[in-house]
Amino acid sequence: MIEINGVSHNYGKSKILQNISLSIKESGITALIGPNGAGKSTLLSLMARLQPLQTGSIMFDGHSVSQTPTRELAKTLAILRQDNALSSRMSLRDLVGFGRYPHHKGRPTAKDHRAVEEALDYFDLQDMSGRFIDEVSGGQKQRALVAMAFCQETKYLLLDEPLNNLDMYYARSLMKRLREIADTGKRSFVIVLHDINYAGAYANEIIALKDGTLAIHGPPQDVLETNALQTLYSMKITVTQHQDQLVALHHL
Amino acid sequence: MHAKKLIILSVLLALACIAFMTLGAKGSWSFLLVFRGTKLLALLLVSVAISVATLLFQTISGNRILTPSIMGFDALYLLVQTLLVFTLGGFTYVALDGQIKFLAEIGVMLLAAVLLFSTVMGKGRQDLHRMVLVGIIFGVLFRSLTGFLQRIIDPNDFAILQGASFAQFSSVDKDLLGLGILLVSACCLIIWRLRYTLDVIALGRSNAINLGVSYERLSFVVLVLVATLVSVSTALVGPVAFFGLLVTSLAHFIMNTHRHAILLPASMLIAALILVSGQTVFERILKSQSTLSVTVEFFGGLLFLLLLFRGKMR
Amino acid sequence: MKNIGVAIVALFALSCFSLFVGVKEIAISDWWQSPQNIDLFFISRIPRTLAVILTGASLAVSGAVMQMLARNSFVEPSSVGTAQSAALGILLVTLLYPGSPLIVKMIVASVTAMIGMAVFLAMISRLPVTSPLLVPLVGLIFSGIVEALTIFIAFQTEMLQFQGTWMSGEFSGILRGRYELLWLCGVLAILTYVVADQFTIIGMGKDASINLGLNYKQVVIVGLFILALSTSLVVVTVGMIPFVGLVVPNIARRLMGDNLRASLPWVAVLGALLVLMCDLIGRLVHFPYEIPVGTVLGVIGSFVFLYLLYARPAHAR
Repeated sequence: MIEINGVSHNYGKSKILQNISLSIKESGITALIGPNGAGKSTLLSLMARLQPLQTGSIMFDGHSVSQTPTRELAKTLAILRQDNALSSRMSLRDLVGFGRYPHHKGRPTAKDHRAVEEALDYFDLQDMSGRFIDEVSGGQKQRALVAMAFCQETKYLLLDEPLNNLDMYYARSLMKRLREIADTGKRSFVIVLHDINYAGAYANEIIALKDGTLAIHGPPQDVLETNALQTLYSMKITVTQHQDQLVALHHL
Repeated sequence: MHAKKLIILSVLLALACIAFMTLGAKGSWSFLLVFRGTKLLALLLVSVAISVATLLFQTISGNRILTPSIMGFDALYLLVQTLLVFTLGGFTYVALDGQIKFLAEIGVMLLAAVLLFSTVMGKGRQDLHRMVLVGIIFGVLFRSLTGFLQRIIDPNDFAILQGASFAQFSSVDKDLLGLGILLVSACCLIIWRLRYTLDVIALGRSNAINLGVSYERLSFVVLVLVATLVSVSTALVGPVAFFGLLVTSLAHFIMNTHRHAILLPASMLIAALILVSGQTVFERILKSQSTLSVTVEFFGGLLFLLLLFRGKMR
Repeated sequence: MKNIGVAIVALFALSCFSLFVGVKEIAISDWWQSPQNIDLFFISRIPRTLAVILTGASLAVSGAVMQMLARNSFVEPSSVGTAQSAALGILLVTLLYPGSPLIVKMIVASVTAMIGMAVFLAMISRLPVTSPLLVPLVGLIFSGIVEALTIFIAFQTEMLQFQGTWMSGEFSGILRGRYELLWLCGVLAILTYVVADQFTIIGMGKDASINLGLNYKQVVIVGLFILALSTSLVVVTVGMIPFVGLVVPNIARRLMGDNLRASLPWVAVLGALLVLMCDLIGRLVHFPYEIPVGTVLGVIGSFVFLYLLYARPAHAR
């Protein structure tokens, strides 16, 4: 369980997050949505201790992110950042392999190699595993980064817009895979998503932020609702139903 | 406003010149007048050459942080000099008339500068950082090649070249003064006639062409002028890295204009003021020779970093 | 990894050759027959060759680590003011405590080198990440400023000549008893290999490091410590040698990528090879006079660096 309690965050005078308190249940996919500048990425990087907390507390299974040693946290949670300015020149296999670092500390065992191979298989990267990351396309790099985070085998995985750079085929297959894993009950995902239809289709719960405050927190049917979406995004959005699935027509 | 500032600068410079001539004067005036007078003339000439070369170079490269010295121009001149000794051999070199030698050096320098820097600047125009970096590395290359050749040259020949690694404002080469004055005046005359065109060139290539300036031809001319001016100043006092930058930055700061008709005289006056008053202080008051150049380099370097950080690259 | 054997064999062959290059001619066939020759070998030739190899490997490894710490492939300790700061430290300690033993000079040089590096890293952390070439630029200017300061002090105190020996690297003065400190560089290079993975992760950036549970600050400090120590060791014993730390890691990166665990052995061997080659050129070109290895590298290194600058598009890594 992730517990966020009274978290506020400022950059200089601008308030990015204001008194956010919520708890995220174990196992399942939680989608984090909201308009640009709502504070989604900041919240995620605070959760992943990439930035120090200013006020409030964040706990993973009762371990506070600001007090638990960072090595230990690396085995509990992993984050995939949106602006991954990764400029190292290394092969995809090596990159994915570094996801195992928290476990082997530089001395990989057979188990670690196996995990890397599984991740490469799982994300369809086996064919290009020897290529350097500066030689592959944006989408392939993105998949490798997801595989790296996946390889870390943490209970919690925080993904900041993982569908960036992915085409429709890989975007859907990534979400399907995350759903499969979530359904085994072993791992939980918190995902920042731009496309609310992905959030509606794959998430158990949706958290919507607006202007640094918590706007809605609930199951998809609470959020994929015409009035709620219109207030959240300040634009006209119609929600309709296709078979059992709620669909927001936000592009019309 | 600008005129007033220029007058103030001129008065200050005149005062500095008087101080330079009279402070601590002992002995006969007829001797001092000639001895100190030539020195003063050399300092003024170097000031004009460096300030004008830097200003022009900044105009054609479209930024206020590059100087010919940072881009390795003076290192190139020293290399050319060494190459001539290397190919001609020490005795032939010494036997040659000083002024012919100087002209020959300038000729080779012009050729090399135009060849090298027109390619660098052509390619690097979109990527300023790369251009600067390439220039600096060229400087390192030229200096290393100079050092390399100096080691290979006969030890006798080696003595002919003073391996100066920084400028010596106190000991100028007086034989070249006459020719230097001629060359610098010629350059200045051309530049003064181009002063309004230079304002247009400073707007950048596409704007300049759009306004009917034949950009490529003019930047070639300017490059030639810059190479000549740098040759003169390096031949007289040796390499100076950041002096030009210091001067043009001050000129921009004090005058706060883009007009070359004002910037050109202003930077000449500022350069001369710094050199003459600095040399007076170091030579006459502190009695310490040739530390002025190191001091100028130190502050010039700091200024360069400051400009980088304040994002004044363009 | 497969061809590193070839590189090591080449290094070995070149080292053997280096042993037989010198003012006193020694025939390969009978060098062991005269005790004088054997003495010459153990007092001068072998120490010199070892010093060259250790220096080359250490400079190249330092360059690779520096590039990870700065996250930029166009930097090395001698181009960003670290080596210059070490030289300043040596000058200061020589001025203030003229009789101090070498080890004290070493420690002071390491401390000033560390300060210089910290200042540089603090400066580049404020630069925008979008202009990678600004980083080496700032480094070059910063080293110029530190050097000007050193020259100024040396000039005022008439130490210019001493100062010159640290500024340009040379192996001609290497004899038994004058290079042994360099073995410490070898130890530091091995230490670097042991923690290679952590430096690779630092090279991926702060966020990636934290995410993988690395104590970012601690690793950076360890890196700074290793760099400062090995840089000042080299400056104290042979003087500054440019470009090795810059070009060798870049070449190794093209072959092997950024994974230091895989590329460091290459970096070390290639660095040793490059310096040995340049030392040989310096000894042979104008035989029996010597050209300092720093000068030879200044020429060859700047050519390679210019190539590297142009061979790749604007993104520095």
